[in-house]
Amino acid sequence: MGKVQKKKSLADKVRKTKTSTEIKNNPFEVKINRKKFEVLGQKIKHDVGLPGVSRSKAIKKRKDTLLKEYKQKNKSNKFIDRRFGEYDTKMAPEDKILQRFAMERQRGHDKKDVYNLNEEEELTHYGQSLAEMEKFTDAGNSDDETEEKGLLSAELTASHFGGGGGLLRKKGPGDQEEEGGQRTKSRQELIEELIQKSKQEKRERQVKKEEAQELTEKLDQEWKSIQALMVKKTPKDADAEKTEEKPKVEEYDMMVRELGFEMKAQPSEKLKTPEELAREETEKLQKLEVHLTLISTLILSPTLPLIITVCVCVCVCVCACCGQADRLRRMMGDEGRDSSQHQVHMSADDLNDGFILDKHDKKTLAYEDGKWNIEDESEGGQDEDEAESGEDQETDAEEEEDDDEDGKEESAEEEGEGSIEKEDDDGHSDLDSEEEESENEEENEDDDVVSVPKPKKKSVTKEEQEAAKAELPYTFTAPENYNCLKNLLNCHTPDNQRLIVARMQKSNHPSLAVGNKLKLQNLLGFLLEYVGELATRNPPDLLTVDKLIPELYTLCQMFPEAARQALQSIMGDVAHSMEEVIEVNGHAPFPTLDMLIYLKVIALLFPTSDFRHPVTTPALLFIGQALTKCPVRSLQDLTSGLVLCCLAVEYVSLSKRFLPELINFLFGTLHLAVQDKTSLGYSVVPPFRRSGKHCDLLVVSDSESISSWSRKSLPLSACKHLELEEDRDRDQHRLTCLSTCLDLVKRCCLLYKELTSFTHIFQPIRVLLSKHLSSQTLPDSLQELQSEIVEMISSAPAAHRVLVFDKKKPIPLKLLTPKIVEVLDYGKKRGSSREEREQERLKHKYKKEFKGALREIRKDSRFLAREKLSEVMNRDAERKRKVRELFGSLATQEGEWKALKRRKRK
Amino acid sequence: MAPAKKRNVKPEKSQKGVKTAKMDPNSCVERILESRKHANDVFDLLELLQSEDEKVLISAMSACTTLFCTLLERKELFTGKLHPEDEALIGGFTAEEKCQIFMRHRYNSCVEMLLEQLSHEEFNVKENALCCLIKCATAQGRHPLEDLDWSEHYSFPRELIQAVVENLVSKTTDNSLLISRFQQFLEMEDLRFYVMSSIRESVGQVMEKNKGALMPVYQNNVFTLMTNINMPSQESELTSFMVQQEGEVQPVFSYHKCLEHKRVFERMWLGFLKYKLPSNMYKKILVILHDSILPHMSKPTLMIDFLTAAYDVGGAISLLALNGLFILIHQHNLEYPDFYQKLYNLLEPSVFHVKYRARFFHLANIFLSSSHLPVYLVAAFAKRLARLALTAPPTALLIVLPFIYNLIRRHPACRVLIHRPSAERELIKDPYLMDEEDPAMCHALDSSLWELKTLQNHYHPDVAKAAMLINTPLSGQEDDINEVLEITTHERDLKHSQKKSVPLEFETATQLLKGGGNVLGQHFCLN
Repeated sequence: MGKVQKKKSLADKVRKTKTSTEIKNNPFEVKINRKKFEVLGQKIKHDVGLPGVSRSKAIKKRKDTLLKEYKQKNKSNKFIDRRFGEYDTKMAPEDKILQRFAMERQRGHDKKDVYNLNEEEELTHYGQSLAEMEKFTDAGNSDDETEEKGLLSAELTASHFGGGGGLLRKKGPGDQEEEGGQRTKSRQELIEELIQKSKQEKRERQVKKEEAQELTEKLDQEWKSIQALMVKKTPKDADAEKTEEKPKVEEYDMMVRELGFEMKAQPSEKLKTPEELAREETEKLQKLEVHLTLISTLILSPTLPLIITVCVCVCVCVCACCGQADRLRRMMGDEGRDSSQHQVHMSADDLNDGFILDKHDKKTLAYEDGKWNIEDESEGGQDEDEAESGEDQETDAEEEEDDDEDGKEESAEEEGEGSIEKEDDDGHSDLDSEEEESENEEENEDDDVVSVPKPKKKSVTKEEQEAAKAELPYTFTAPENYNCLKNLLNCHTPDNQRLIVARMQKSNHPSLAVGNKLKLQNLLGFLLEYVGELATRNPPDLLTVDKLIPELYTLCQMFPEAARQALQSIMGDVAHSMEEVIEVNGHAPFPTLDMLIYLKVIALLFPTSDFRHPVTTPALLFIGQALTKCPVRSLQDLTSGLVLCCLAVEYVSLSKRFLPELINFLFGTLHLAVQDKTSLGYSVVPPFRRSGKHCDLLVVSDSESISSWSRKSLPLSACKHLELEEDRDRDQHRLTCLSTCLDLVKRCCLLYKELTSFTHIFQPIRVLLSKHLSSQTLPDSLQELQSEIVEMISSAPAAHRVLVFDKKKPIPLKLLTPKIVEVLDYGKKRGSSREEREQERLKHKYKKEFKGALREIRKDSRFLAREKLSEVMNRDAERKRKVRELFGSLATQEGEWKALKRRKRK
Repeated sequence: MAPAKKRNVKPEKSQKGVKTAKMDPNSCVERILESRKHANDVFDLLELLQSEDEKVLISAMSACTTLFCTLLERKELFTGKLHPEDEALIGGFTAEEKCQIFMRHRYNSCVEMLLEQLSHEEFNVKENALCCLIKCATAQGRHPLEDLDWSEHYSFPRELIQAVVENLVSKTTDNSLLISRFQQFLEMEDLRFYVMSSIRESVGQVMEKNKGALMPVYQNNVFTLMTNINMPSQESELTSFMVQQEGEVQPVFSYHKCLEHKRVFERMWLGFLKYKLPSNMYKKILVILHDSILPHMSKPTLMIDFLTAAYDVGGAISLLALNGLFILIHQHNLEYPDFYQKLYNLLEPSVFHVKYRARFFHLANIFLSSSHLPVYLVAAFAKRLARLALTAPPTALLIVLPFIYNLIRRHPACRVLIHRPSAERELIKDPYLMDEEDPAMCHALDSSLWELKTLQNHYHPDVAKAAMLINTPLSGQEDDINEVLEITTHERDLKHSQKKSVPLEFETATQLLKGGGNVLGQHFCLN
């Protein structure tokens, strides 16, 4: 090992002396890292290695660090050299000295010296004042002058004559400090040098500065010469532009102003909440009202109201269109997007129609126009208005409905109206008042609409109303349970019941308190229950039900989910019980009147035309089932069945959906009217039978009654309770039922005219009418209706286009061009997340570092072992040498002694 | 006969009856069994059997049963041909024999009274009487009262069972509860065997007497009893017997053979079905025919006449007969002429409204699953079903539509019914003849299924969606009809009950009768 190291160290020495290029060119030093294959464009750092160089570098480093530590290992003391820049090889020795000097100066610079402005600084050496030392130098100098001069001179000569200068000169400055002998000379020299140097530097700096200045000046001049070329063009252009710009700007400004004055740039309306939507819908109707009143007063103010009316018309139309379009979309079974579409759709329309804008304009203008004042008068000053109330129905009705509310409501209402303007201006600042107001409006709304077609109600005893007004409180707490509501409403007139519910709803508006929403939802459920109970009463109190409808509608608009749940549970119970009965008996009795009322209410509250609706679809299914599973056993059953048929026609009137049960039932009903059931030529569908006990229900017994019959509406209570004592009455009822049935058949014909199987669907009815019923004696109107239907059925086109599949888009051929994916990060692993990649990277790095550290440690220990070995060898060699020396000396001694002895002997 | 005589004696004893009525029947039994001195106490016991009190009656019945079973075991009852009591007293019998004859007569009268109690009003009494009778029969079977013919150990108390059966299938009261209790005893193979033969005899006698007229109660009782018979399917299952034979070599009797059982069963049913039946029973029989009657018959083909007659009845009965016919055709090589034509004519509007709709479509699906059917036939079925679908309720439509699609899938030549590109532009009248009975002549193949196009506008969303399928080529996979057969409307609704938002009516509701075209308002008023 020792030998190897020696060799190495020798090699190192050699290497050190050689330049790097020499080494690189030496094939013995270079190790070429063989590549397995060439990769184009790859940069390789380590294609060539210099193992010798790197090894020697490493060894040197170890010697500097590890070896030193090893040497210091068991030493308690150690010498630390803190001289500035002592081991800094990069610093020039002169710099080192300068720095050290400066530091020394700073250290000596005490606080007290701050004020020591003019005094010269004391130069020291080794803490002693140089000045003082100079004083004693003469004596001291004389002592060692001879020796030192000799040395100095030798140096000087050496420096002057250039013999081996490099080394000695290098040593020079270092020695100056350590060797006090050369002090004076070197110091002077040093100072001179310093001065020289600083001067030189100064000069150099000055020269540089001048040069820079010169250059910049030159550059400036050059630039100017070029600039002249460039400038020649640009100023002209700029001028031209300027001149042109002026008119442009004006035009633009004008445009801007025009645009500014146009109202287009109004901020778009935010998405509307259901409440707002509901309000708008009701506003629509109110606008219609206003419209009507405006028309009547149009002559007075010819210009503005015209615009307003047009606006109102447009907005009403647009509003209706929104609803219609939405309905149509749901009818086609466009599910899923319902909820989202609903809102988006409306808002999109809003942008187009400028509905809000119109409303805004109209409102304010209506006020300005003084139209509102008239209404105000009608609302407020009811007493004075009394006289002129005959003028228009609307004011009358309003007054009537409102007269008990007026006192309290009036001001609030006005405020509400006012808030609309405000709200339109500042963008829905006060939702609460707005909601309230909307309700109030709805209130008026409904009142109006209810009252308009029923002017007779006007005459319903004013005194009574007055009395009720006195009795009814203005606020009602929402009922806790159904019985509360029942007790509350029971003893009032239908109108008052409605009023109570309305006030209840108002005083418990969700915006007023936290729990109100739940209360009103409960109220909705109770009301529905109440409606059912009203219908089951004997006689059924349908007038009240009729009055409560608007309230139900409003509540339903507020809480669709609660309404759905309530009605679904009602429907579900009845349908379930019916199904059970059917399972046992195979048939079931007709649904009771309350169920019929519920079905009608469902049709009023929810859209019947939807492709699939959580409430109306089950309701329609229920109707279908009732029409197939309930056998007709009496005229009462038949009436119920006809009500169901009417409902069914209403349900499908918009969507024109095919309802086979309806046709079957109507057909069966007509069959009941056929006298001679021997040769039919058609077959009847269950629940009707070809012939049997109840198969002659509609056959008129007395031909006299035919002539005396006149058509009038059947009461709904006939489904529940039908008392027909006399044959005449029975016949009347029969004929009415028949006419209803025929009318429904006619409506169905119209509804299903477009169906491809129209003729086949109505074939049996046609046979029945043309062969059997026409031969019977019937009132003229019925005969007419009947022939009309036959005509309609036979005139329908029988020929149709044969069925083919829908045309499909041809599937495009598969293209064979490769799919190109742009890869931007080569060499990186893809398909993992950023964190994973980072972790991978760190792991890799750790592994590399760990390996490197291991290798280093191994090398270190090898180095140390080598060092130890060499130490031991050295020691051994030393010992051997010494022993040999001793032996040698002893041998010489002995030799000398022997020689002496020999000589003595001689 | 003897019991009648005894009853004549009764009034004499009735003075004592007040006292004896209160005595314990069990102690009485003990006394009688103790010594023959007390033999006359039997009369007291028998008197108790006539009691009005339910509890007394029941205890007396059980006491009698124990008494006579023990006597039978002791062989203290006279065996062999029984002489009338008077004769026995005169004739040259030993005292021992006389006593036995006396007891035998008492036993007979007891059995008679128990049989009478089978028509008691109280079910408890009836049930007890039945149990007692079975116990007696068991004891009698073990210790036969007849002189045994040793060549054949034929010791089953046939007369007793016959009497029980005749009392069970009463002509006046509905005994279904008691019969279902009796079912428990019918587990015993020999009993069942003899019950079946006695039913046959009884039915034959009774119906002959009535000249084949309808006897609803009687027939219903018989039917209940017959349906309660669970037939063994293998000989190895014949294990439990009421009368166990002793001895090493067990002689084999007819009721040990499964085939014999089947034969008796078959004869019983044929005997029953020979006569006119009420129509609801007709349906009931047809409903159970395929799985509880046909498999247990030795020659199911004997049912052909019955089934073809039922198939020709029409309506629901025909639908039900289809099932039995299917088994005969499928497993017993029945060749039925014009089967498909009849099936085709079964398709009437009422098919969709009857209770047995699911069963019918299940079978129709099987019948029409053959790929060897002529195209015209399949097309005729598809077209007729489509036409009938115009009057069908939605639940039926949800079966019919996939059914039609399956037909078209199975027979690709029928695709012209929904896709006829050759005549795309032509306007044609429907050439299909609904009234034509022969599927070959109805021109169904020249038609298109316009009815399905119509049903695309059906109000039920699922039906409309199903009907939409004809707009595009049908997928290759057949729909599984059996899955949709049993689903009711209600179940379907439940599937769709969850929904996020509820669309609301746009038009403001103001009045009850308004809205929706105002149809209701036009014809009806509130008051």
